Amino acid sequence: MEAVLAEAAAMPWRRRTSDRTLRKEGRIWTLWSVGIVVTFGVPAALLLWIEPLAFPVSAIFLGHGIAVLHLQARRGARGVKPVGEALGGPASRRAERTALGLLGDLLGHEPRTLLEDTGLALQRGRLGAWLVGQEGAILVRPGGRRVHCFCVRVGEANDLPAGDRVAHLLLALREDEEGFATVANRNFSGATSRLRRQLPARARPALARAGSIARGLVD
Amino acid sequence: MARLVRLDRTGHTELASWTAGDEASQREAMEAFRRELDEGMLASATLADGSAEVVRELPLDADLVVLRRPIAGG
Repeated sequence: MEAVLAEAAAMPWRRRTSDRTLRKEGRIWTLWSVGIVVTFGVPAALLLWIEPLAFPVSAIFLGHGIAVLHLQARRGARGVKPVGEALGGPASRRAERTALGLLGDLLGHEPRTLLEDTGLALQRGRLGAWLVGQEGAILVRPGGRRVHCFCVRVGEANDLPAGDRVAHLLLALREDEEGFATVANRNFSGATSRLRRQLPARARPALARAGSIARGLVD
Repeated sequence: MARLVRLDRTGHTELASWTAGDEASQREAMEAFRRELDEGMLASATLADGSAEVVRELPLDADLVVLRRPIAGG
């Protein structure tokens, strides 16, 4: 029998995430994005056709639609929270080093280097390639063109070093990938390129690496 | 030597370690394991293929068992 994440088992009302449900969610997000483009783009074009001098108003309208699309992707990018430099006193820095040491042991050689460089932990899965941060995860779907961003965190994490928060999420993901995605809340799904633009520059190589792994996962 | 580790504010704490032939250390590890589970921690045994398995009894053949707190949607 396949292992079920305890946290997912405690939420029987939530439909279990699978490859099929992720495809469906992706289509819904695409429809939503098309809806935004149509809602703001069509009136802008119509206004321009009726009165070319109303170009500034059309541009503002269109800009508003583009801004909404950017904000959606930014929300996804901000949710993941890569590991940064340890703040606080010597005890905090020592705890952070200890936490990162264990996290490094849990990861293989390449993901460990990627974590040091980008602050995100790479994990290959059946649903795609994952990037795990302190308070969320990014799933790059097979093919590498679509991402799903999840908001998920340790229940009581105030006292935990950043490396430990990532280790918690990584272990839960390894225990039950679909259960992990079931527990997590969604905050964005769309083109990988849209998310890339909103990620901090330091984290972008992690997305590129996850994308290249995901491209190799296509049947 | 196998280790039982808890993720906590110090980074992590090694609660117990045991070897195949040492029954006393195994018993000690099982007691520590049970205590942590009673406190609400979840246990994860790292498998050779890099995946992890939720465990409710201490797997004495595992190299590393990590105790973690529950996660939730953000």
